[in-house]
This record gives sequence, structure tokens and C-alpha cells, in this order.
Amino acid sequence: MATKSSAADRARAAAEPGTLVLVCLAAWAVPGAGHLWLGRTQKAIVFFLALLSMFGIGLWLRGRLFPFEFGEILVTLAAFAGFGLGLPWIVARTFDLGAGVVTAVTWEYGNSFLIVAGLLNLLVVLDAYDIAVGRK
Amino acid sequence: MTSHLLLLIVFAALVSAVFATLARDEPRAQLRTGAMLFAGFVVGAIVLGWLMYPLPL
Repeated sequence: MATKSSAADRARAAAEPGTLVLVCLAAWAVPGAGHLWLGRTQKAIVFFLALLSMFGIGLWLRGRLFPFEFGEILVTLAAFAGFGLGLPWIVARTFDLGAGVVTAVTWEYGNSFLIVAGLLNLLVVLDAYDIAVGRK
Repeated sequence: MTSHLLLLIVFAALVSAVFATLARDEPRAQLRTGAMLFAGFVVGAIVLGWLMYPLPL
């Protein structure tokens, strides 16, 4: 695990505008990657395991990865929420893993896991940003 | 897996872990906050479930 001083050094370096964007992009693309970049290894591991578990369970429960259908406002909102998880969402959509089974008894549970995982990752991105600019 | 309670517990555990890790920096404080959040989620859901039991009236 990184020491506090090295974590602070990394956070200072990450406050540069270009690096800040990269940290936020990394944090969005892979849950926990932003915190790992900033030297917060323990937090990174928890975010990675918890959010990917939620995503995997959501798919296993036959939830749907909602597409961006701008005519349907609720579907669009769910798509934005799920998209918050970054690369796992993109990869799963690419391989048609989140087609969803609306008749499955666990359909709503699956959707809840998938949507909440994406929203939580957006909070994780904000937290990485706060650490990078020295607010935390 | 179709157990509502088990899914509730898994969901509450994972969400509590993320919130506690976001909110606290020390592992000990994270554990304490996570445990309190988890208990709040599970107990709150069960209490709400019982309160809604007579609905629709």
C-alpha cells in the first residue's frame, strides 16, 4: 500500500488539468482505477470488487443494459446511469450480454444492480476528482 | 436465485461497502460506517415491508 506522502505527491501531480482529465477518465472507465492512480490502493480495490460484482450479479439476474433511445425518457436515463460504469458496460453491450429477460422473476433486481452500479461509479469518479484537486 | 431477502442483503452489503469507502479514509471507520449502513438498509427495508403489508387497503 502506498504511504501517505507518496499518495499526496501523486494527488498534487494529478492536479494538472491534463492529468486531471485522464484521472477522471480512468476512474470512469475502470472502477477504482482513478483511486489506484492517486495512490489510494485500498479504496481502489473495494470499488473495483464491489462495483464489478454488482455489474456481474445484475447481468446474471437477467437485467438489461438499456440502450440510448432518446424517444423513451426513462430508458435514456437508465442508459446514462448504466453507462456510468464505463468499459464493463461498453464491453457487455458490444457482446450483447445485457439483453435482459423481461419475463424473468429477477428482471427488476437485475436492472437495479446494473443501474446502481453505474451511478455509484459516477460518485467514485467525483471522489477521485476531489482527491486529485486536493479537496480530500 | 429468487430469494428477495438474499438479494436485498447482497445489494445492501455492496452498496454499503462503496458508500463507507467513499465517506471514510481509515479502514476501521469504514468498517464501522459500512456496518451501520448495512444494518440500516436491511432493517429499514424489513420495517418498510411490514408497514406496506396492508396496502392496497
